[in-house]
Amino acid sequence: MEVEGLHHHYGSREALAGISLEISRGEIFGLLGPNGGGKTTLFKILSTLMSATGGIVRVFGHDLVREPDAIRRHLGVVFQHPSLDSKLTVMENLQHHGHLYGLRGTALHTRAEALLERLDLDERAHDRVETLSGGLRRRVELAKALVHQPDLLLLDEPSSGLDPGARRDFTNHLGQLREQDGVTVVLTTHILDEAERCDRVGILHRGKLVALGTPDDLKARLGGDVVVVQAMNPHGLQVKLRERFGCEPALVDGSLRVERPRGHEFVREIVDAFPGEVQSVTFGKPTLEDVFIHLTGRRLWGEEMNGGGAA
Amino acid sequence: MRGVVLPVMTLCWREIVRFRRQRSRLVGAFVQPLVFWLLLGGGLRASFQPPGTPPGTSYVEYVYPGIIAMVLLFTAIFSTISVVEDRREGFLQGVLVAPVARSSIVLGQVLGGTTLAVVQGILFLVLAPAAGLSLTVASVLSVVPVMFLVSFGLTSLGLVIAWRLDSTQGFHAIMNLILLPMWVLSGAFFPITGVPAWLGWAMRLNPLTYGMAALRRSLYLGNPLAAGAVPGLASALGITLVFCLLAFIAAADAARRSAA
Ligand SMILES: Nc1ncnc2c1ncn2[C@@H]1O[C@H](COP(=O)(O)OP(=O)(O)OP(=O)(O)O)[C@@H](O)[C@H]1O
Ligand SMILES: [Mg+2]
Repeated sequence: MEVEGLHHHYGSREALAGISLEISRGEIFGLLGPNGGGKTTLFKILSTLMSATGGIVRVFGHDLVREPDAIRRHLGVVFQHPSLDSKLTVMENLQHHGHLYGLRGTALHTRAEALLERLDLDERAHDRVETLSGGLRRRVELAKALVHQPDLLLLDEPSSGLDPGARRDFTNHLGQLREQDGVTVVLTTHILDEAERCDRVGILHRGKLVALGTPDDLKARLGGDVVVVQAMNPHGLQVKLRERFGCEPALVDGSLRVERPRGHEFVREIVDAFPGEVQSVTFGKPTLEDVFIHLTGRRLWGEEMNGGGAA
Repeated sequence: MRGVVLPVMTLCWREIVRFRRQRSRLVGAFVQPLVFWLLLGGGLRASFQPPGTPPGTSYVEYVYPGIIAMVLLFTAIFSTISVVEDRREGFLQGVLVAPVARSSIVLGQVLGGTTLAVVQGILFLVLAPAAGLSLTVASVLSVVPVMFLVSFGLTSLGLVIAWRLDSTQGFHAIMNLILLPMWVLSGAFFPITGVPAWLGWAMRLNPLTYGMAALRRSLYLGNPLAAGAVPGLASALGITLVFCLLAFIAAADAARRSAA
């Protein structure tokens, strides 16, 4: 899949501001991004639901705008919002979906049953969707996206609402699909654990791809350690830290974060310099969350300081 | 071929299953016209001898074919509302990313709505004796396909609107503005004979007038006098057929333009 200079505007609001990326066959690609970052917009375009206001997308060598049908049969999509018919049973939903892709009869039925079993839904196969819990419905959505054995899966927050066990099963299942059938997976998530398991991760912020690489790459790029400081007066300490050490501490959820090489030494320096003000200091190797905060959190903070407020 | 038939069938089947599982729709589409018929027929029977019909034709009888058209209209409206709901509830997204032509999606929806309407119309035929109408086998065989055509046209027309809207409120507003006046001005309610010229023209331009005429001609097959002063069966069917085609093309076009 190749995306080149993809733009999208909703009226005057720019949701995607020029995205370019390539995803190869059999890759599991994770998209991270804060709410409103443009992930769903990108998915709607990739899934042929909406045409972009500018840019080129090619999937399996087909142009998304000119040959949507050639692409559609290879796509399996899980939307962020539910797409099941609540008046139909679980099985009926899967069968209806299969029919749309030209599947029928026992082949379809066997396939649907196997999926339901795999997703631990076999007991509910003949219940109407409206009687299922949110997490169970989510699993049906996943089953539905897999019925027609797609080559490219687009999953918009597939695991939202799933319990940890189901989430692990599902991630493993994606791994298997990739190993056995060479399925390509593009997913969005807010769960860092899930992002860590992707081959590559992109961070989408304000419609721009602000980072792209393997999880290890991204973490290595931060360099050194992440030091987190809890303080009585974080705003005051933020200014003082900046003056004293010339660093740019980010204020996230009431605590201050600084990326520094040799974090353990910095911890001591902070405690020595502001003994009364610091409640606790921790440091560790950066996680994807740190990368995420580094790339998106600081930006938010910067605007707050300028009185932008809209963050 | 299979690539078209299977999706169309499954979409149509879904409309029917959904209808069966929503009791309130049954009431809306069947009981409401029935009540209407009793009230209108009962209320206007004494004061109104429909002009253009043979002497002795009661208003209950006159309005009976009109009420059948109303059953078809209401069912069509309810099925098109389900498209608006499908979009709001997200179901439509899943259909739109499937490798199915927009026109096939629309055809499935239209056939679903039409099937429901025809079944309800047939149920209503059972009440013909209460209207003082004795049906023959020939007239039933003629009226069923006519009901099919009329519902096909009305459902398609409803879909032209539904595919452009994302709220059911909006749909109700437009329905009151377009679909109900179409019914009132179709000859269902009062005949064209003796109305002011401008109203006569509105009725002549109304496509449902011809569907209504085809219904009357079929119900009174072999008894053209009793059908009253309406267009003949052949021309009424011809115009209805053209209307169906145009409405379907417009609905498929609306679907193609719509971004989910
Ligand atoms: N239909 C729409 N009309 C107008 N603006 C929209 C529409 N859909 C999304 N937007 C705007 O586009 C931007 C990107 O939204 P998008 O839904 O792609 O974000 P997201 O990354 O999926 O967020 P989330 O994590 O909350 O799902 C947001 O500013 C949003 O308000
Ligand atoms: Mg989203």
